Amino acid sequence: MRAGIAGARPLAALLFIFIASLWPSHGYADDQPLLADLSNHDLAISAGGNGASVVLFGVTDGPGDVVIVVRGPERDMVVRRRNRLAGLWVNTGQVAFTGVPSYYAAYSSQKLDDIVPGPVQALHQIGLANLRLDPKLTSLSDDQVADYREALIDAQRQRGLYDDAVGRIAFLGNKLFRAQIDFPAAVPAGTYFIEVLLIRDGNVVTGQTTPLTISQLGLGAKLGKFAAEQPLLYGLIAVLAAAVAGLLAFMPFRGA
Amino acid sequence: MHIYLPVAAVTMDGFVLLAIGAAAGLLSGVFGIGGGFLLAPLLILYGVPPAVAVASTANQLVGVSLPGAVTHWRRGQVDLSMALVMLTGGLAGSAFGVSLFTGLRSLGQDALVVELSYAAILGLLGAALLIESLRAVLIRGGPAPRLLHRYKWVHGLPLKLRFHRSKLYISLLVPLGLGFVAGSVSAVLGAGGGLIMVPAMIYLLGMPISVVPGTALFQIVFVSAAVTVLQEVENGTVDLALAMILLVGGTIAAPLGKIIGSKLRATPLRVALAILALAVAVKLVAGMTVSPDGLYTIEALR
Repeated sequence: MRAGIAGARPLAALLFIFIASLWPSHGYADDQPLLADLSNHDLAISAGGNGASVVLFGVTDGPGDVVIVVRGPERDMVVRRRNRLAGLWVNTGQVAFTGVPSYYAAYSSQKLDDIVPGPVQALHQIGLANLRLDPKLTSLSDDQVADYREALIDAQRQRGLYDDAVGRIAFLGNKLFRAQIDFPAAVPAGTYFIEVLLIRDGNVVTGQTTPLTISQLGLGAKLGKFAAEQPLLYGLIAVLAAAVAGLLAFMPFRGA
Repeated sequence: MHIYLPVAAVTMDGFVLLAIGAAAGLLSGVFGIGGGFLLAPLLILYGVPPAVAVASTANQLVGVSLPGAVTHWRRGQVDLSMALVMLTGGLAGSAFGVSLFTGLRSLGQDALVVELSYAAILGLLGAALLIESLRAVLIRGGPAPRLLHRYKWVHGLPLKLRFHRSKLYISLLVPLGLGFVAGSVSAVLGAGGGLIMVPAMIYLLGMPISVVPGTALFQIVFVSAAVTVLQEVENGTVDLALAMILLVGGTIAAPLGKIIGSKLRATPLRVALAILALAVAVKLVAGMTVSPDGLYTIEALR
């Protein structure tokens, strides 16, 4: 059902682009080698629900491969390693990473290594292998940090927050393309950037970045947002709310 | 009934949370005090992150303790000067305890300390109750003679102050220190301040029993409030939605607990509480020995 709702509008938009690209002047695609847009620039996700998706559609001025990189708001994350100590599982090491994207997805129309050489992938941070994660000051060796980095990516992938895949981009003919980008309910609110790259002969010919605003629906999410922005006020309200609730609930039974 | 807890960022079954609140409320009703010290461990066992369980327990404790404090206050069962001295220590202890918790959190050891502390407290409490109950059954004597003013060193300390309502002339360092310790424990564990404070007020300070619960509750209200605000500001771990559900559960069950407490004999109830406390302690430690799914865990920092 989710896909059905998301699919209706992009279809119309795709039709529009298709007609536009067939327009006799040809000026449209000649001026810009790549044009892409989203079915929706504001996405509201209900917390604890099934998530939501947007459809990206675009047109190129000729044959070529397309890569899409989606990045969510960045934040710091800490990865901890557990070891068995005296029979108990205890955290024994940790590495904090700065500027970690809360969501990352990279899709390509063909196998990445077949269309872009490694250095170009690294430059544009295409694919999870090329995602740059900077560790904060740590005494651990590079190899150990690499294990923590790997663990972070694995954990995020399991939560549906990180993904890289081949073939999520569907071409209609050799100029029109579309891709569905799925967001699980766990994605944080904020501004996401969707980068579309046009690739020819192993080079990035051009790129276009489109922002997407994701907001969380529901009272719980609003409360969480308020708590994050105004912790002191939230703390005071929490105390007041508990006090009022306690008085209302318990006083009658105490024969006051 | 799935409920999304925004602070913990997890979806949980609201009925289970309600039942946990009810279990703690039932205990408070049956035994008159406590319940709070079982709340956080039960939440942790259910899967609420320990940092959130601790801070939210402190939050709900404000609501649970306030009516009792008001009732005792109206009956003149609060020693205000004693309560204010203890509260001064308690607030300092809260600030110290929350800083300690924040430090443990940045080292990734907050969960370990909270779980082991609760296991130790519940284990000791369970063992003590069990021994006491067995003794009561075996000896069938009256209550053990209460030794007032047993700790002589307490009376050798300077800065003596007269506490009229408690009929005491003792150094203010003792209630100040006691308040500090109880405040620190409440800050790190979310509850448990009363568990330390009440016996110490009776046996260490030698306060008359009539003013102990009221003075302790008065303290707990303000210390829990301070802990809630400080935990939220420093760690952002107070989940108001969770605290409210626990309060509602407690509200439903506390009167029921009172009825049970007045109908049943004390010894079997004590044995039941002892077994419950021991079971939760064992479960907490057992949970830490189970091999985790993965060696690594991740957490977003604020």
